[in-house]
Amino acid sequence: MARFTDANLATALEIVSRYPIAKSATIPLLHLAQEQDGYVTDDAMEHIAELVGTTPAQVLGTCSFYEMFKREPVGRYAINICTNIACQIMGGEELLHHAEEKLGIRSGSTTPDGLFTVEDVECIAACTEAPCLQVNYRYRHRITHEEFDQLVDDLAAGRLDDEVPPHGTLARVRQHIPADRAAGVADPTVNVEPVWLAIAAAEEGGDGK
Amino acid sequence: MTVTDAPKIVTSRWDLDDGHTIERYLETGGYEGLRAALAKAPADVTEEVKSASLLGRGGAGFPAGVKWGFCPPGVFPRYLVVNGDESEPGTYKDRILMERDPHQLIEGILIACYAVGCSQAFLYVRGEMALAQERIAQALNDAYAAGYVGKNICGTDFSLDIVLHWGAGAYIVGEETALIESLEGNRGMPRLKPPFFPAAKGLYMQPTIVNNVETLSNLPWILTNGGAAFAALGAENSKGTRIFAVSGHVKNPGVYEVEFGVTTFRDLIYAPVYGGGIRGGHELKAFIPGGASAPWLYPEHLDTPLEAATVGKLGTMLGSGAVVVFDETTDMVKAALRLVRFFARESCGKCTPCREGTSWLEMILERILDGHGRPEDLNLLMDVADNISVGLAWPPTQTTICPLGQSATSPIASAVMRFRDEFEAYLGGPAEMTVEVKGAAFVGKPTPTVQDLSLETTADV
Repeated sequence: MARFTDANLATALEIVSRYPIAKSATIPLLHLAQEQDGYVTDDAMEHIAELVGTTPAQVLGTCSFYEMFKREPVGRYAINICTNIACQIMGGEELLHHAEEKLGIRSGSTTPDGLFTVEDVECIAACTEAPCLQVNYRYRHRITHEEFDQLVDDLAAGRLDDEVPPHGTLARVRQHIPADRAAGVADPTVNVEPVWLAIAAAEEGGDGK
Repeated sequence: MTVTDAPKIVTSRWDLDDGHTIERYLETGGYEGLRAALAKAPADVTEEVKSASLLGRGGAGFPAGVKWGFCPPGVFPRYLVVNGDESEPGTYKDRILMERDPHQLIEGILIACYAVGCSQAFLYVRGEMALAQERIAQALNDAYAAGYVGKNICGTDFSLDIVLHWGAGAYIVGEETALIESLEGNRGMPRLKPPFFPAAKGLYMQPTIVNNVETLSNLPWILTNGGAAFAALGAENSKGTRIFAVSGHVKNPGVYEVEFGVTTFRDLIYAPVYGGGIRGGHELKAFIPGGASAPWLYPEHLDTPLEAATVGKLGTMLGSGAVVVFDETTDMVKAALRLVRFFARESCGKCTPCREGTSWLEMILERILDGHGRPEDLNLLMDVADNISVGLAWPPTQTTICPLGQSATSPIASAVMRFRDEFEAYLGGPAEMTVEVKGAAFVGKPTPTVQDLSLETTADV
């Protein structure tokens, strides 16, 4: 399975419809592909190119720029340990080394059972809660080595399935704009003053702004 | 020590378990700022925001109301792009604002779009922030259903769709033109300014306002309470309140909203209700005053108010409100390496001085730390830095399209100029340094007194 499923295709088309230019949906659709397959496949990039009106090469160009997109399978749980400055001085590097020992792998690789990938990452905006990490982009703050071991055991045993979805799934709530409430996309090729500005200008009797 | 009784403007719902729900938001004054705005003409809303003198909270600190005025007249549609790509090391505020009070941000977006005449808004949330994305998606769905977003908002002629968009891991996308490239579906590489100033040629080459999450989150309060009430707080050129994240070797690392311009670094680091002082048995060695890109400050600067212009005169910046505190156990060569490695990894590769320079800085520092450094490496480090940002001055000179490259020179010049002995210890002896350095924070000029800077201050500061 690599092109979008029917259900995901419907989601993809809904996402595309929100943008004045379809290509803007490229990154959200790459996330959708990663949610479907756990990583971004070549077939998915071809499908995305069709949906946003560009070439597979351009989709690959965008995909390869961004850290979060994986173009080969990774673990069911991606553990990202911050080693940037605030975490570094609070034990982030030691936590990373501990994780490597606990999982028996080097940073950037995946356990043979396909369960865990560990990476050292740049600042994830939890600096006052150092050292911190994310599992599939869910935070763990001020984590000790013992808490790390517990986390790995809990994940492996499936005890955190409700909180931590498999790699690829980000937000589990999606935006939906109801058709009867939508204001509509703003077409960049149509130069029309917004109605509320025009009315205000008319009331002022002036020339608007 | 000064802890003022300024109200909580943007963090008032952080202590509530359900502050992110529309029910609680409406119970606590939510969408009243929007109603106040809709009762005024758009131009009058802009004037209200201008009277608050709200400085942008993303890092550059440009007045928000003035920025709005840069859109060329008669060119539509205009777009608003919300910068929620918080990734400057040390910075932790926009994520909490999005997770705990998403409606406040949505209301701020609505007010800005009404005032500027933006026909569509895009809320770009950092890819790694899954909870913020969930909270904002839910908040938008609820706000659409309640008539606060979409067609004919609150029964008026004002209509606006807000589209939740999310990134995929790239610090450079926090730069406004790179953010726009990313939103167009491309690699996040900055555009050259001029001609691509977003207000003139932004998203889809249309007039575009790019505002930070914290900046917009201030707008509901300003419209509810008036720009004058906001401007009554703070100091001459730094009005209102501001969020600072205090991390590193303090007793109470935390995210604090303080009165802008009058609270000092000493208050923020030592006051019991804020940082609480350096962790037990240790003393302050240095601190980063405004994120990884900012030159460092030292104990003699503690009494400096958190005021943009004052901190600028010291040769550094408040940047993104990120204060990282180092005690005497910190190895400054290691710290400098970690910061430079960040910029080397995050360089988009478009401009040579940044792409090559940051990587060389990283490699030279690694060599020094591994014990293979050469005596001339100290000067080489500074020479490479000088080639990225000529003169190592403040404000920094730029040889690249965006400021990422020059940002990497801040930790290098800070560490080498102040802690040269630590480098020499790794190098095994004295090392010559001939590169001329101009930035005030790097050369360690004596701290100007408050009177020297001719600031208006309160009695307690």
